[in-house]
Amino acid sequence: MIYKIFKNTLLTIFAVAVLVPSSIVVLGSFKKDVEIYTKPLALPEVWNLDNFRTLIESGSVLTPFKNSVIVALFSVFFTILFASLVAYAIARSVTLSGKVLFGLFAIGLAIPGQVNIIPIFTLFTKLGLNNSLFGLILVNIALTLPISVFIISAFFKDLPKEMFEVASIDGANHWRVYRSIAMPLARPAIGATSIFLFVICWNDLLYPLMLINELDKKTLPLTLIDYRGEFATSYSMLFTAILFASIPMVLMYIFAQRSFIAGLTAGAVKG
Amino acid sequence: MAFPALAIYSFLYLYPALTNLLYATQRWDGVTTPEFVGLKNFTNLLTNDDLFLKILGNNVRFSLIVVVAQTGFALLFATFLLKNTKTNIFLRTVYFFPTILSSVSVGLIWTFLYDPNYGFINATLKAIGLDSLALNWLGDSRYSLYAVAVTQVWFHTGQMVVIYVAGLQQIPAELYEAAEVDGASRWQQFKNVTWPMALPTTAVVVAYTTIQTFRAFDLIYAMTQGGPLNSSDLLVTMVFNTAFVGYKFGYAATQTIFLVLLVLLVTWLQRRVLRVNDGMKK
Repeated sequence: MIYKIFKNTLLTIFAVAVLVPSSIVVLGSFKKDVEIYTKPLALPEVWNLDNFRTLIESGSVLTPFKNSVIVALFSVFFTILFASLVAYAIARSVTLSGKVLFGLFAIGLAIPGQVNIIPIFTLFTKLGLNNSLFGLILVNIALTLPISVFIISAFFKDLPKEMFEVASIDGANHWRVYRSIAMPLARPAIGATSIFLFVICWNDLLYPLMLINELDKKTLPLTLIDYRGEFATSYSMLFTAILFASIPMVLMYIFAQRSFIAGLTAGAVKG
Repeated sequence: MAFPALAIYSFLYLYPALTNLLYATQRWDGVTTPEFVGLKNFTNLLTNDDLFLKILGNNVRFSLIVVVAQTGFALLFATFLLKNTKTNIFLRTVYFFPTILSSVSVGLIWTFLYDPNYGFINATLKAIGLDSLALNWLGDSRYSLYAVAVTQVWFHTGQMVVIYVAGLQQIPAELYEAAEVDGASRWQQFKNVTWPMALPTTAVVVAYTTIQTFRAFDLIYAMTQGGPLNSSDLLVTMVFNTAFVGYKFGYAATQTIFLVLLVLLVTWLQRRVLRVNDGMKK
């Protein structure tokens, strides 16, 4: 009895703690500042879209939104492509080379990516890759390759070897086997890993902050940070921008919840 | 087949990691010619940098608070939400929700909640007559680190709940049945069945959370940028400031090497301790 009260109280408190800030943001994006300060949790007196209109018309979020989409999609696509090719090579190799290859990427798992902050900055400035979305995509690919190779190889390792061997005997070359057998079978793992990578790329602040300062190349997290300064006293605009920046994640969470949770937990467990 | 990945990985991960060692031996402002100073950066960092010691202390405190609180809450909630009933699945989904937001969004939302004048937390405290508790959470150097730690726990507890639920669901039901037959109380069941059986999962959760807290940057940058008076500065924000505010690139490179060694040491120690425990319980 006491246990039940204790349990339900705690569960309710944490659920409220999660839902209250989220509701304040969603409701606040329809309100004026004063209303946010005085009645943060009440329904808006008038549901008006002025904040959204101001935000879109100011032109300051559409470009970052587009940039974030470009960076995240290309980063995820190429990381998955390159990592799955390596994972396939590791899985099919019967010689030592597979182990060496795996070991090489394992080094990247052991050394945290922070050692690369200074060298990446100087290298990219030298190569003129700062202030470029292409540069950000390259950084994302390089930094997420080790973990992606790790997760996808773990999956390939569990596939029955006979599947590959039968196809090879039938005369299919490596490309064919990779494309028609390995990848289709790995779809769940690829899906979960893609979501995990998308979240990392979509949300990253550190590298864009270091590498990007031209306005038309900024990504969403960077723009949100600018907003904090610009609208220092206007939480209604800030909330509207946060809501706008979170839309892709929320939609993915609603429609691909299983892969989403699988991806983010696999990233944690394997990382 | 491995070529594209190898090329990018060697050129943009392994090669930079090596050049970082070189930068660490230089005094360099990022513009003029670098000057070789040998191990001076290392000796300075370890013997002659009070700010570094303060920030290291901050990070250790931050990590301890977050690891203990987050792991504790996650394990507690996971035991509550273990069965796959509709309510439990719904609550797990709600708890997981903050994980999908970006650190920057979470940081900015909590900046509002903590706002001393307009913020939700102080407004609520004043409304129930606790005016004396309505503090300047992020603006006072006595509270800022803890305020940020609370946000971090709010942010990632749900993710850890999901990991724990997956781990705890592997525990054979017979163990609990046997314990119940023996008349074990809920606490005894937790102590003698759940806790030892969950140790491998705890090892994962603790290791991940520790690494996360030593890598924390986005959230701090969005909320306090390390201030006031470096009270909420952590190691990665320190590296960023040393390089991009102070223009001491060589010194910043040295700091990253220290950071990496520290993370490796801590994770190695944790692995040893949790494995030893695991062995003893079995």
